[in-house]
Amino acid sequence: MRLNAKVPSGPIEQKWDRHRFDLKLVNPANKRKFNIIMVGTGLAGGSAAATLAELGYNVKAFCFQDSPRRAHSIAAQGGINAAKNYQNDGDSVFRLFYDTVKGGDYRSREANVHRLAQVSVNIIDQCAAQGVPFAREYGGTLDNRSFGGAQVSRTFYSRGQTGQQLLLGAYQALERQIAAGKVTMYPRTEMLDVVLVDGRARGIVTRDLVTGEISSHAADAVVLATGGYSNVFFLSTNAMNCNATAIWRAHRRGAHFANPCFTQIHPTCIPVSGDYQSKLTLMSESLRNDGRIWVPKEKGDKRPANQIPEAERDYYLERKYPSFGNLVPRDVASRNAKDVCDEGRGVGPTGLGVYLDFSEAIGRLGKKAISERYGNLFEMYEKITGEDPYEVPMRIYPALHYTMGGLWVDYNLMTSIDGLYAIGEANFSDHGANRLGASALMQGLADGYFVLPYTIGDYLSQHMGEKITTDHEAFVATEAAVKERTEKLLATNGTRTVDSFHRELGKLMWDHCGMARNEAGLKSALEKIPALEEEFWRDVKVVGSSDGVNQSLEKAGRVADFFELARLMCYDALERSESCGGHFREESQTPEGEALRKDDEFSYVSAWGYNQDGEPQLTKEDLEFEYVKLTQRSYK
Amino acid sequence: MDLTLKVWRQAGPDAEGRMQSYEAPGVSPEMSFLEMLDVVNERLEINGEEPIVFDHDCREGICGACSLMIDGVAHGPQAATTACQLHMRHFKDGDEVTIEPWRSAAFPVLKDLMVDRSAFDRIIQAGGYISINTGSAPDANEVLVPKVDADQAFEAAACIGCGACVAQCPNGAAQLFTSAKISHLGLVPQGQPERELRVISMVAQMEDEAFGSCTNHRECEAVCPKEISIDFIARMNRDYLKARTTSRSK
Repeated sequence: MRLNAKVPSGPIEQKWDRHRFDLKLVNPANKRKFNIIMVGTGLAGGSAAATLAELGYNVKAFCFQDSPRRAHSIAAQGGINAAKNYQNDGDSVFRLFYDTVKGGDYRSREANVHRLAQVSVNIIDQCAAQGVPFAREYGGTLDNRSFGGAQVSRTFYSRGQTGQQLLLGAYQALERQIAAGKVTMYPRTEMLDVVLVDGRARGIVTRDLVTGEISSHAADAVVLATGGYSNVFFLSTNAMNCNATAIWRAHRRGAHFANPCFTQIHPTCIPVSGDYQSKLTLMSESLRNDGRIWVPKEKGDKRPANQIPEAERDYYLERKYPSFGNLVPRDVASRNAKDVCDEGRGVGPTGLGVYLDFSEAIGRLGKKAISERYGNLFEMYEKITGEDPYEVPMRIYPALHYTMGGLWVDYNLMTSIDGLYAIGEANFSDHGANRLGASALMQGLADGYFVLPYTIGDYLSQHMGEKITTDHEAFVATEAAVKERTEKLLATNGTRTVDSFHRELGKLMWDHCGMARNEAGLKSALEKIPALEEEFWRDVKVVGSSDGVNQSLEKAGRVADFFELARLMCYDALERSESCGGHFREESQTPEGEALRKDDEFSYVSAWGYNQDGEPQLTKEDLEFEYVKLTQRSYK
Repeated sequence: MDLTLKVWRQAGPDAEGRMQSYEAPGVSPEMSFLEMLDVVNERLEINGEEPIVFDHDCREGICGACSLMIDGVAHGPQAATTACQLHMRHFKDGDEVTIEPWRSAAFPVLKDLMVDRSAFDRIIQAGGYISINTGSAPDANEVLVPKVDADQAFEAAACIGCGACVAQCPNGAAQLFTSAKISHLGLVPQGQPERELRVISMVAQMEDEAFGSCTNHRECEAVCPKEISIDFIARMNRDYLKARTTSRSK
């Protein structure tokens, strides 16, 4: 099997413009003859659904939340990057492109990333015009900040709630189209399978989470905008209901899954407090702009932070990386936190934590300035921990946050199934092996507002008038399979709750496929996961019925898919015996303990095909770098 | 600590509901309120009983999904805090805690503690947006927004649409929610072209739904987890009066 990324020819700065000209158009009067299914209505799905409807297509949009306004994009705190160069500090489209490829540790497709940087400027224009209350200077212009390792100020923000404000902008645009009758919204509805007819995606099967009804929906194209799969780890910063079912079901139907082991661990989360822990809370990494990270120099130093004198503190990031200091990329910051905790120098009751200290910044800038920048984050921290970060340093520890991997897509964002698209975090396309801060919102909105609405027309224009209804045997068969699976989960009636399985799977993944990975650990995970999965299908207990609301049943279906995905992640991590970005293989490191890439062997995207009967099938998409020079990242 | 919970159980939209008691032993003060419910639910499931249904998602206080009346107060005893961010250190051993869904004619119960808040979406559909198609925006810095206006717009835009305001209001009024969006968009220059039409349409939709009228109890402001001020209601009323008397738009 070969995968054609369909990257246009020509100089990189002209590829997108040329491609847009080469794409076939759908006549304005014909657009209303096409139906598009949008699964997921966060930043990517919401913006795409609204934009497609504005263009004249008929959109059916689905989300499991009770309203599209609640998608997990809403929780993004820090900001959104754009190459506006409003700060006159030397930013440019090319620099944002370069930084993103480099930050991704050279495992992304140059052409996609360049397009992302190009349209970043349009996103800010669009969002400002929607009334998104971005931070402003006194003169009324937009304010920027430097974020997560960037050496220019290109991050636009709305206090610590940028994701919320951008999502509400997209949500409002979507509601406008719902009111106009161009989008039909199906909230509290979960996609459980994709329907293929003659190899093309022609619809989906869903479950109404209120009535329990299983139904089919037909369309001319299907778009998955269902986010990432961090919840495979049980504990992550994702919302409780984030899941991989839509993309996993698509994968089982033939969509390749790319770089599943590329997961991002966020360095600044509130540490775990106990076994009951249901999720982890992120503290925006903008905090690293002013907070200083440290642990005691001595192992097992249990004195309160304020009793540890300056000379006995180890500001380990500033020490090891003098030029980037506390602003090193997420993967580097996370691994270093793990290292100091493994050495026994971690802080807090569990020893799995490091200090993020604002006392120096408060002394320099005053409490008011710090409160203006981070007030809501400090409050959130205090609510959760009962400690006041103005008085005592925050305690932070890394947690699963984002998944760079996802469904393989070509330059048009189409998966390896014809007519099935994946946008936003659900695809793998732009972040390589590590995502830079403030780039998730950028990519979600780039895909939704400015990429998919163009590229999908090219596909649709070639399939004019090919109507289908849900009477088709493919729909009937898929619906039957979905029902059977649901009933099987209910009929098992074992002794263990879904959560207990999920927690155990998450622990396995964190231990063996988390911040650091090695061959022995991954191999052992590949033995333990199928055993646990087998036990799940034999012994899970799901109370209640499939009629009406059944949150345990919803979780059970998602966890069943997480088992399969977890295995694929381990296969991928095992196969890629180099370290790159968020993927750290202990066997591949420099003498200083930094990640060591092996470009000769691994400059490719790993696109995995599903194999019902055995090991997944790997197809490699080679990556070529014409514009960015490959170097070992150094943040010293 | 050991708690006793009294929880509203209702099998479906048309079923009759009732309060039911559950023991919650061994609650840690570090748990969030929803984690405490998770533990109770896992125990119920093991015993073959249906777990208590409640809406929740981000558990970071921003998605607005969680919606619990805790001892008669929307989101519970801690000010400016959603139920998901409420931690058990605010309770003490032996407490009896009452948990109910939002009670409002406009938010019918779907099951147990889960309600239907789609009326809020319909208010937004009536005009809670700026009509700007993708691609037609000018450069972002071409429209200057005074910082004070941007900051105030943000205060209003911080609404998470949870519905606590409606749930706590003795009249079940949605003025705080509706006025927050009207004010957010009315405070920025981009929102001016549709300002009159917006306030008229959104208020009309609000009145068409099963919400009550505002009689200045200020309960909404007291329980709002984002501390949205009732000043925005006054602002909405001003905008509405002005639009009604001077509007050129129908």
